[in-house]
Amino acid sequence: MSLAADQVRRLARLARIAIRPEESETVLASLNRVLGLIDQMRAVDTSGVEPMAHALDAKASVAQRLRPDAVTETDQRELFQSVAPAVERGLYLVPKVIE
Amino acid sequence: MSSLHNASVAELSAALAAGKVSSVELTRMFLDRIAGLNGELNAFITVDEARSLADARRADARRARGEGGPLAGIPLAHKDIFCTRGMLTTCGSKMLANFASPYDAHIVERFDQAGAVLLGKCNMDQFGMGSSSENSHFGPVRNPWDRRLVPGGSSGGSAAAVAARMAPAATGTDTGGSTRQPAALSGICGLRPTYGLVSRYGLIAFASSLDQAGPMAKSAADLALMMNVMAGFDPRDSTSLERPKEDYTRDLEPDLAGLRIGLPKEYFGEGIEPGVRGAVEEAVRWFETRGAALVALELPNTALAVPVYYVLAPAEASSNLARFDGVRYGHRAKDYDDLVDMYCRSRAEGFGAEVKRRILVGTFVLSHGYYDAYYLQAQKLRRLIARDFAEAFKRCDVILGPTAPTTAFAIGAKADDPVQMYLNDIFTIPAPLAGLPALSVPCGFDAKGLPVGLQLTGDCFSEARLLGVAHRYQQATDWHLRVPTETPL
Repeated sequence: MSLAADQVRRLARLARIAIRPEESETVLASLNRVLGLIDQMRAVDTSGVEPMAHALDAKASVAQRLRPDAVTETDQRELFQSVAPAVERGLYLVPKVIE
Repeated sequence: MSSLHNASVAELSAALAAGKVSSVELTRMFLDRIAGLNGELNAFITVDEARSLADARRADARRARGEGGPLAGIPLAHKDIFCTRGMLTTCGSKMLANFASPYDAHIVERFDQAGAVLLGKCNMDQFGMGSSSENSHFGPVRNPWDRRLVPGGSSGGSAAAVAARMAPAATGTDTGGSTRQPAALSGICGLRPTYGLVSRYGLIAFASSLDQAGPMAKSAADLALMMNVMAGFDPRDSTSLERPKEDYTRDLEPDLAGLRIGLPKEYFGEGIEPGVRGAVEEAVRWFETRGAALVALELPNTALAVPVYYVLAPAEASSNLARFDGVRYGHRAKDYDDLVDMYCRSRAEGFGAEVKRRILVGTFVLSHGYYDAYYLQAQKLRRLIARDFAEAFKRCDVILGPTAPTTAFAIGAKADDPVQMYLNDIFTIPAPLAGLPALSVPCGFDAKGLPVGLQLTGDCFSEARLLGVAHRYQQATDWHLRVPTETPL
């Protein structure tokens, strides 16, 4: 299949990526090149095949490990916030969300 | 000193142990080579000489006390996808151009504990997305064999650093071939371990079900030494495997007589450059003279691996890279209207074109109405590809073929067509989909004088055997000892 311009705008909105009007044709064309490639796999009959989410599910135990429900991390708020674009009084600053 | 930059990690380790050279001297030598060569090759994004020399002094003191293993005092470089505390971690992207990680990646800690010296952080395709190391915010990496060419990618800075003897070894990551393909195109060795063997903690995520860290060096024996440091259980990575500790150097000289080498017909078909085919077939004949048994194979779903990968990897990337929102870390746009506009502009400015393309493809294949036809279908085909390998390993011990269909190509040659670039990964993508270990070692040169890579793929946890088979080959050949003639100093 190939995408139309309005579908790309919708995907960009979902992905939270701004696309400038002058880029939109190039983006559309390159996405359709990639879709042309991946469409090759759609025709294969895979009925009865179990999807594979983990590469070793047939070889090793890949069950999620559980650990005791105990605190293992220390408070490193200042260290972690030191790399943030904008913080104030220990809070991450973002544009006003609620009017 | 002059020959030491060509020495293997094992030789440097012996020289350090014998007191013939100090880590400070070695480190100084490699830092000088970086200073002399990096302007043209662009293999490193960040170098911190004072820190490297401090690491080296600590390692010398450790050795003086009679402590430290084989890697104590050995300088090495990390791909800039691994978080390092106190040194920038950019992932090759504007998004993280000023990111100072508050913690170290697991393998960074492991090499640090082993006493290795950090020379710097290597350039790469941003977020590991690319096969040429052109998709870097910091400019393309150049191939030491011919500076008009790419070194491969995404770990192209690591490959160029080792090839140009700016570092004796480096780390890389491999999602669809990013340790092996640049190793092949740059004339060095690279290993992708079995999925789950090396912790992904602190490795900036691209596609979590495929990402693995791996060593890159001049010889298979050096890869083995590095694996002894890198592999091991880490509770901070939910996919890290709990297995008994292995010595990856334990089987470096196996008997090749009777070794069953699988030759898939799909790996020797159309689209392979004659120079690549010739070199690989020559290597096959060498193994045959050593008594290896050649087994003709089929891996019928090989052609589907590239399309399947370019559904699964973008899908996982679109989810993983959602974390870059301009709030907690990373680039934030200067001008925006509201919160959503801030996300959209920060991501548009921070990510390069290939990263945005993959996020959009991933968003599409996961979106309502297309999920079953694309994402789920790709997961089912992934199983068929893994089954092909399982069948093959009933009949052979290792699978042999070219690492890439071509030698290094010109900078810019494939930059405008993503699909042409993706198809260069045709032989490296199947192993990650099946979770298998695979390595690339140099096996010759084409008519243009460019290195060719030979790929060996094994069943899960067969790294020691793969490294042994490769080491045997390197004991009899000198391809891995050839040095790019364009490298001065």
